[in-house]
Amino acid sequence: MISEALIVSAILFVIGVVGVLTRRNAIILFMCAELMLNAVNLSFVALAKMHNVTGHVFVVMVMTIAAAEAAVGLAILISVYRHFGTVDLSSLRTLRG
Amino acid sequence: MIPTLLGVLILLPILGFLANGSIAFFGKRAEGDGATTARHPLVTLIGPGVILAAFGVAVALFLDMQRAPEQALHIVRYGQWMPVGNLVIDWSLQLDQLSILMVLVITGVGSLIHLFSIGYMRDDASYARYFAYLNLFVAFMLVLVLGASYPVLFVGWEGVGLASYLLIGFWFSDKANAEAGKKAFVVNRVGDFGFLVAMFLIWVTTQKLDFIGAHAALGAMAGTPVVLAIALFLFIGCAGKSAQLPLYIWLPDAMAGPTPVSALIHAATMVTAGVYLVARAAPIFSGAPEASLVITAVGALTALFAATIALRQWDIKKVLAYSTVSQLGYMFVGVGSGAYTAGVFHLVTHAFFKALLFLGAGSVIHAMHHAYHHTHRDEDPQDLRNMGGLAKYMPATAVAMTLATLAIAGIPPLAGFFSKDEILASVFARAHGSPLASASLLGIPGSTVLYGAYAVGVLTALLTAIYMTRMLLLAFYGSNRTGEAEQEMLHEAPTIMTAPVLVLGALTVVGGWLNLPALIPLGPVGLLEHWLEPVVGSSASRLAGAGHLDHRTETILVAVAITVAVVGIVIALLRYRKPIADKAHSPVDESVLARAYHVDGLVDAIIVRPISAFANIVLTRGVETGIDRAFSAGGSMLSRTAALVGSKLQDGDVGKYAWLLAAGALALLAALTLS
Repeated sequence: MISEALIVSAILFVIGVVGVLTRRNAIILFMCAELMLNAVNLSFVALAKMHNVTGHVFVVMVMTIAAAEAAVGLAILISVYRHFGTVDLSSLRTLRG
Repeated sequence: MIPTLLGVLILLPILGFLANGSIAFFGKRAEGDGATTARHPLVTLIGPGVILAAFGVAVALFLDMQRAPEQALHIVRYGQWMPVGNLVIDWSLQLDQLSILMVLVITGVGSLIHLFSIGYMRDDASYARYFAYLNLFVAFMLVLVLGASYPVLFVGWEGVGLASYLLIGFWFSDKANAEAGKKAFVVNRVGDFGFLVAMFLIWVTTQKLDFIGAHAALGAMAGTPVVLAIALFLFIGCAGKSAQLPLYIWLPDAMAGPTPVSALIHAATMVTAGVYLVARAAPIFSGAPEASLVITAVGALTALFAATIALRQWDIKKVLAYSTVSQLGYMFVGVGSGAYTAGVFHLVTHAFFKALLFLGAGSVIHAMHHAYHHTHRDEDPQDLRNMGGLAKYMPATAVAMTLATLAIAGIPPLAGFFSKDEILASVFARAHGSPLASASLLGIPGSTVLYGAYAVGVLTALLTAIYMTRMLLLAFYGSNRTGEAEQEMLHEAPTIMTAPVLVLGALTVVGGWLNLPALIPLGPVGLLEHWLEPVVGSSASRLAGAGHLDHRTETILVAVAITVAVVGIVIALLRYRKPIADKAHSPVDESVLARAYHVDGLVDAIIVRPISAFANIVLTRGVETGIDRAFSAGGSMLSRTAALVGSKLQDGDVGKYAWLLAAGALALLAALTLS
């Protein structure tokens, strides 16, 4: 039961990572990051069943922080869109090496 | 009582140095240039005052020793200096018959020279600095002669070197003076190397560095190669400090300093430190007859070599400088042949008459300088060709200088006659049948070396009489060559300068009474011999054996000495009867003797220039380029590369950041799981 949950968690995490690495749309990147967080949450819950309640506590904290992060992140995205007229990260290149 | 007095004796000049040094340093700061002139009275009081007080203390010590001569050896320990394992060096002083004699000469002649300096340096802007240095010198010189161990002596040894350097380069704004100071310092370092090696050897061999302990241990090892090595290395140190061949080259240049400095440091006291050291380390040298022969030979050669150069010098101070080198050679002939008392006796009498000669020359230069200064003529005030007939203008100085000249030439009953005669007689006596004569040096039997030294000594005495009479005639007699207008301005020095000269003149006359030979019944015989007997007596008899000159031989030797002196004076009188041209009308003297055998040029070509060329290459090609490349070019390259890499990494491409982040996380994961 736990191993299945962990496998699903790993698959979700990898999807998130690949999404972050390959996509350029900020919203999608954002969603992928959420996906990674929730993949970790899943493994926390699964492992909490095996060990103790600490895993549950962590899940609640991660969700709280994710909510806060979403609020801040989306606000930033909105102002980025207002400023540049796009959320495509490959076109946001004002810093040049 | 004695510990306190000894402490006070050394502290007095140190206090004088601190006081005058503060006046020189802060006075100038607070009030700008010329401020030191305004503080004259205080400096004048402190500078000579502390030395006079020190002389008083020295006399008190001497009288104290007189009360109980059999217990005259005092070792005073003031504290620990360097405790390193079983090497423990104390701040300790040794008062005995030899050191009190040196202390009396240093503070006594030193006082007179300090007093003379009041007049000589009166108008100098750095008056306070001058007395600060002079006091510092006396302090270190006292440490040198009072130290109870080699390291403490070495502190004084280096200290007087420092004071000498500071005073030679006293008028350092003239590059030649600064260079002369540098030369003295560097050449002395060569000698100090020998001294240090000798100290290391003494420590390794005996585990002791105090005179009494080390000498007792080394005395028991007499004749072994290590004692010979120690003696030879010590002598290298002595040759550096006392200007013997081949390390004499700094002394003629040292005349760049003020003339009283030449009198005190480069004639009367510091340069005799080497003679003092040989006498002090007599137990070592008497245990190494070969080294003693080396000293005798080097001393004799130096005496002759320098005397020939003095024959053709035109600078009055250069004549005296080479004369000093030559007389130091005599002293080494004395202490080298085991006649320690004779060497030290000549040291004392030489301090009297050579200080007099230098101070007299100082008065002359003072007068000449003022005369030329007054008429705004840019002539050399030290050149004998510009003098002549000065006796008319400076009678007191002329009388004193004539006395000193006769003394150094060896005319009885002046001081120089007795001391020089005693050295020559001692060498002659030891040349036959003494342990020293049976030793050999590089296959040459000791008696040959000693007879050779005697012959060279007599020849040098002849040359000494010639060049000193020449100097006296050219400066004080004949017709004046200074110039019509200048003659009006030539005048005797002020009393503060003539008085010390006359006191030294009196000492030059009576100095010989310190150690009269039995042959000449003028007073008590051999006072100094008797006084120094506890310090050097056993060492001297170890080299000399029991042999004594019979009455007839001694009479012949004295007759030879007097004849040689008189002949020398007569030769000079005949040679310099005719008037000569002044400097401006004389051709440049290019003779080998006037150029001092071109030794300076030779040293310059063989040693100085190759070293400085090598140093230049190391500096420009090595150090400078290396530092330029590594720190300047390398530093900018490093930061530019770092900036380039950093800016490429952080170019705003979020995708790249994400990849790097993922790669980093993977690497961390791999590191954690695989370890």
